[in-house]
Amino acid sequence: MKFAGIDVGSRTIALAVLDENDDMEYVIVDTGHQPLKICKELLREREFSGLIATGYGRHMVHAEFADDVITEIKAFALGAKALHPSCRTILDIGGQDTKAISIDADGGVKDFEMNDRCAAGTGKFLEVMAKALSYEIEDIGGAALSAPKPVKINSMCTVFAESEVTSLIARGEARENIALGLHQAICERTGSMLKRVGIVEGLVFAGGVAKNVCMQKLLKRKLGVNLLIPKEPQIVGALGAALYAKKS
Amino acid sequence: MADYCKMWESLGINLEAHDQLLNAIPPIYQQIFLDQINRPQAMSYFDMVVMEIHGLRIQELQEHKAKGGAVVGSFCVYVPEEIVLAAGGLNVGLCAGAEIGFDEAEKILPRNLCPLIKSAFGFKMSRVCPYFESCDLIVGENTCDGKKKAWEIMTEDVVPVYTMDIPQVKSEKGKELWLDEVKKFKEKMEEVSGKKIEVDELAKAIKLVNDKRRALQRLSNLRKNKPSPISGRDALLIEEIAFYDDNPRFIEKVNVLCDELEERIEKGEGSKKDAPRVMISGCPMVIPNWKLPFIIESSGASLVCEESCTGQRYFEDLVAEDGGSVGAQLEAIADRYLKIDCSCFTPNQERIDNIVKLAKEFEVDGVIYNVLQFCDPYAVEYRRVEKALEKEGISVLRIETDYGQEDSGQIKTRVEAFVEMIS
Repeated sequence: MKFAGIDVGSRTIALAVLDENDDMEYVIVDTGHQPLKICKELLREREFSGLIATGYGRHMVHAEFADDVITEIKAFALGAKALHPSCRTILDIGGQDTKAISIDADGGVKDFEMNDRCAAGTGKFLEVMAKALSYEIEDIGGAALSAPKPVKINSMCTVFAESEVTSLIARGEARENIALGLHQAICERTGSMLKRVGIVEGLVFAGGVAKNVCMQKLLKRKLGVNLLIPKEPQIVGALGAALYAKKS
Repeated sequence: MADYCKMWESLGINLEAHDQLLNAIPPIYQQIFLDQINRPQAMSYFDMVVMEIHGLRIQELQEHKAKGGAVVGSFCVYVPEEIVLAAGGLNVGLCAGAEIGFDEAEKILPRNLCPLIKSAFGFKMSRVCPYFESCDLIVGENTCDGKKKAWEIMTEDVVPVYTMDIPQVKSEKGKELWLDEVKKFKEKMEEVSGKKIEVDELAKAIKLVNDKRRALQRLSNLRKNKPSPISGRDALLIEEIAFYDDNPRFIEKVNVLCDELEERIEKGEGSKKDAPRVMISGCPMVIPNWKLPFIIESSGASLVCEESCTGQRYFEDLVAEDGGSVGAQLEAIADRYLKIDCSCFTPNQERIDNIVKLAKEFEVDGVIYNVLQFCDPYAVEYRRVEKALEKEGISVLRIETDYGQEDSGQIKTRVEAFVEMIS
């Protein structure tokens, strides 16, 4: 008996499969421009007793293969609680959205906040800025950490911030300093989102941006709590969906 | 549908743009309204009204005008319909619920402005609203900053607007100002219609508008049943139609519907039994802005109440019917309208208390707070609403959006997660 969860995100698609002993195997692939096709390939020759879809593409997958859908909010609550039983607060910074979720002791969602239509302060924001500074996305965090002095970035809008970065480069500012300033700006924004749902110790940091060492350090310092970072932070939603498949 | 092209042409409608608008409505209407299963049969009247939105009703307005009656267009629940009716006029709420003519409107208005105001300009400037083109008088009102400034521009650049001044504070001075405005509006209507407003006509008009409110109150009260016998979007549609339909016919049809709903309640028919009950609170939802109600109900919740100008604010409270003179009647009208708890007032504790009261009466599991983009009064007042609901243990989700569809996916995720949370 195998149960699976598929998290169709804006940048990556993650599949998590649980066996009888709750051992998990997973796959993470790029979403690309044909997410449905990618999902089909991912699911080919796999059989499950239950498959639950989550993520922005959940309804599309539901129509084709999945038994049911749950939202990312619920999926992250389930997944984060399973990986870190002490979890009471979740921060997910994904490709196109940021979520702050507070959960009760039993793992039920108490409150949540999400950015609305724009991708300010998300993974996509970092990607665009990395490109503007000629960094690989994997390296921008480490580079920012090495910066002697951050530059203040005023814009959170991806388009405005990119022109702000361009003018800073033109002024001769070191790119490390700009990178650190960008991370600080995201950290400020994320911090206030978390404060709106209330920060309780047991904060799980998930999503692709959780891999970024600079974000980890800045958030820890700003929030004054330890961060619980899953070994694979991009799988939390898919795991939550798989757990839900098993439960129902 | 009958051929109304000649009528539209005579009103100066841009037929090509108008065709595009009319062709856009049926598929949306099919998906949102007609595809619902087990709808009350009496909804067929309201379906007909929407399908004939620019046809039959416009023809009725022309017939009314041919007999010498005036048509008054307004944008706000503060404009006293009783006075328009007593002067032999008809009052219609003007179109402001779709992204129409924004390119035209943005030539004279800032981009970052409430979509309702932009839409009102857009409909007029692109000449696609036959209601607008039928009006003998357009009445604006000094409610929010956006509107009161926009009427200046509409008057200068588009079409003259008669503006009613609304006090910001419900003090004795505020009440005096408002009563004075109501009296001035009576004089204006007498001037427009060439007819003096007499006590008998005004009494009849007060009774008629009260009857409309009573019918809508009856409908609203039936939704307190579990399950609600009617979907939220159908009820909202009726609340929207109330702004422009023929009053006696509308009242009769709402009551016919309510009779049917009472039968459904007996049989336990209606929304899904275990669906969480949700109230929408905040900005008006003007035809055809059904975006948020549709997302809420297709996410598995049952929408049971609209704390909105297209909802409770329109039909709560009646005008006292016992005024023996025009003066007393105007005072009764001023009293009733000043009870409206729009967020443009300060302080506005009535609204906060009313939201909590409605949430309890309708036994809602959660409130979705609806803010039109750039609507400062409702956006800022949210903080106090949130705190009051939190104190009562009622969950609330704030959604800020406009008439565009590009954020539907994100809104759906948040609404679905909210529904999961309160289920």
